[in-house]
Amino acid sequence: MIRWLIGAIGLSFVASSALAADPIDIRVGYLGQAGIKSKLSLVEQPSENDGIAGARLAIEDNNTTGKFLNQRFFLEEIRLKDGEDVAKAATALADRNGIIIADLPADALLKAADALRDRKTVLLNAGAIDDRLREQDCRANVIHVAPTRSMLADALAQYLVWKQWKRWLLVVGSHEADKLYADALRRAAARFGAKIVQEKVFEDTGGARRTDSGVTLIQRQMPVFTQGAPAYDVLVAADESEVFASYLPYRTWDPRPIAGSAGLVPTSWDAAHDQWGAIQIQNRFVKLNSRRMTARDMQAWTAARMIGEATSRTNSGDPKTVFEFLKKPDFSVAAFKGQRLTLRDWNLQLRQPILLVDGRMVVSVSPQEGFLHQYSELDTLGVDRPETKCKLN
Amino acid sequence: MWRRCLLSGMAVWLAATSPALAFVAYVSNEKSNTVSVIDTDKWIVTHTIKVGQRPRGIEFTKNGKFVLVAVGDDDKIEVIDTATHQVVDSLPSGPDPELFTQDAAGKLLYVANENDNTVTIIDLEKRVRLGDIQVGVEPEGMALSPDGKILINTSETTNMAHFIDTATREIVANVLVDARPRYAEFKRDSSELWVSSEIGGTVSILDPAKRTITGKIEFNIPGLRREAIQPVGIGITKDGKTGFIALGPANRVAVVDATTHKVTKYLLVGQRVWHMAFTPDEKYLLVTNGVSNDVSVIDVSAQKVIKTIQVGELPWGITFAQP
Repeated sequence: MIRWLIGAIGLSFVASSALAADPIDIRVGYLGQAGIKSKLSLVEQPSENDGIAGARLAIEDNNTTGKFLNQRFFLEEIRLKDGEDVAKAATALADRNGIIIADLPADALLKAADALRDRKTVLLNAGAIDDRLREQDCRANVIHVAPTRSMLADALAQYLVWKQWKRWLLVVGSHEADKLYADALRRAAARFGAKIVQEKVFEDTGGARRTDSGVTLIQRQMPVFTQGAPAYDVLVAADESEVFASYLPYRTWDPRPIAGSAGLVPTSWDAAHDQWGAIQIQNRFVKLNSRRMTARDMQAWTAARMIGEATSRTNSGDPKTVFEFLKKPDFSVAAFKGQRLTLRDWNLQLRQPILLVDGRMVVSVSPQEGFLHQYSELDTLGVDRPETKCKLN
Repeated sequence: MWRRCLLSGMAVWLAATSPALAFVAYVSNEKSNTVSVIDTDKWIVTHTIKVGQRPRGIEFTKNGKFVLVAVGDDDKIEVIDTATHQVVDSLPSGPDPELFTQDAAGKLLYVANENDNTVTIIDLEKRVRLGDIQVGVEPEGMALSPDGKILINTSETTNMAHFIDTATREIVANVLVDARPRYAEFKRDSSELWVSSEIGGTVSILDPAKRTITGKIEFNIPGLRREAIQPVGIGITKDGKTGFIALGPANRVAVVDATTHKVTKYLLVGQRVWHMAFTPDEKYLLVTNGVSNDVSVIDVSAQKVIKTIQVGELPWGITFAQP
């Protein structure tokens, strides 16, 4: 009888403990685009699952933590095809998911944000690097995990100036994104004391990326294109459209290093980064996805980890609670960058160190030593509070 | 003549000021794949031992005959014979072992394996793996309660201190702490458990009985940005009155009143200070400075850095044999 009683007490104890309660389910949507942007280099060709693969790893990490907190995480993916209505897709995804990670171009992201404005859905931008999304076009319901063009450009400029490569030959592509990157590079040069000795535009005349005739023509074209430039230390290329920058290294008229869209590239993540415990996430990622981790993967991982951080700290899966937690001044997340990452409260941009990589190794990490700031040295990268055009709400 | 006189005079002076007891410290050098042996009589490196790849966690066995060192990139723990200064054996840990702890009898070894979210239990006599315990993402810090009943493991991405019952090998409690918990240390009387959070920039004080956070040690160094303060290694004196906390890239060790949990002093040491160990008589505390490739010697009662000893590249862990 007594034994039976003890058994019953034991049972009721188990039943009343957290594990027996209904788990908290956190449903995360992933809104991306179908089709991938082609790269000049075959080894840099992105995978079909570029980005979402990082989110999947973070969901797995969150679920490991969730085991101890009785939280379960789910990920639903929607890929927009050309011409598909982004507002409609975002709304449909938001019907089932309180939190959405978006990997969309700037205009599509704004449409999604505006379609979800009156809901309590949280939107995390893990793809678009456009400064205007954090400035004149900022939205109160979007947190930006991806760095901005100006953060990337400033990170590169700090290093080049530290290296005393202060005379830049700037070569800009003819597409819109290239021009935006060039704007960010010009701003960075002016901020950190570099001088653009000449600017050249590389016109995209169309044509196939890969041809049977190979590099013969490029080998003749690139030296001639860079001939006759005034004395310069480094060629900085703005070619987000992947038209010419990767053809520049070893082919310039003068023997000079390349930076920007080829050569030394500023990025939020690289498969070669192994400092600050990063080797652990690199290993986990390869194990799960059978390929190496890209910047887009890391941005999506960080977005999904921020959600996990918020749900474990608040013990809640409610999107509004999650959002309020992320916006608190003492919020921070660890993302293998050697220091805590925090949000800029004036535009909800994630502060982060930027890696400078050459395709095989991490050459340096910015902010560089000596670039000081009264609040956070990470705010030496990108548009700072006094200059912002963003008005939230 | 003069010179000889001076030299012998110095030798006499050195002998007179040297400590009464000489101890031996073993330091793991993460980059150079070596272990440096330090003699605290002369404060010099007497031996440099070649080990496997990426040595980090390091500890004497309880009988003092061997030093165990986790060589993470070789997925094992190597055994150094302290008599011959040679690696004589290795233990089968899980992948990428980093920190570990032993039971009081020196029979069981508990290892944190960063790569597969497990804590591995190894039988030290038979040198076989007894089993694994599933924990959070990126397990790191390991500590055993003074009575041996509870094992603490911290997981760096899950941000928890897991309480594991050593008898059943089951997790009995999980306590959320600040970001990237790296190290755990009990007070000798079991009244407190300290857990350092590298990215969170705090040390949480836990009540081991209630398994809740009762306080936090915060750091504030004028002129230093908050992000640079990254607590890792912890040392608490046997009387439980004073704590020392290594603050990583802040290049300082914080001295903490372990009763009020307030920082009383910051000691400037080398660059990127990681871990620490007391000499068995607790007169000195040695801390490893990862970036400046040296070990700082702190006089515990004076709370002053008295010496710096050059070791191998990127020193990380340090251990003393207990007499």
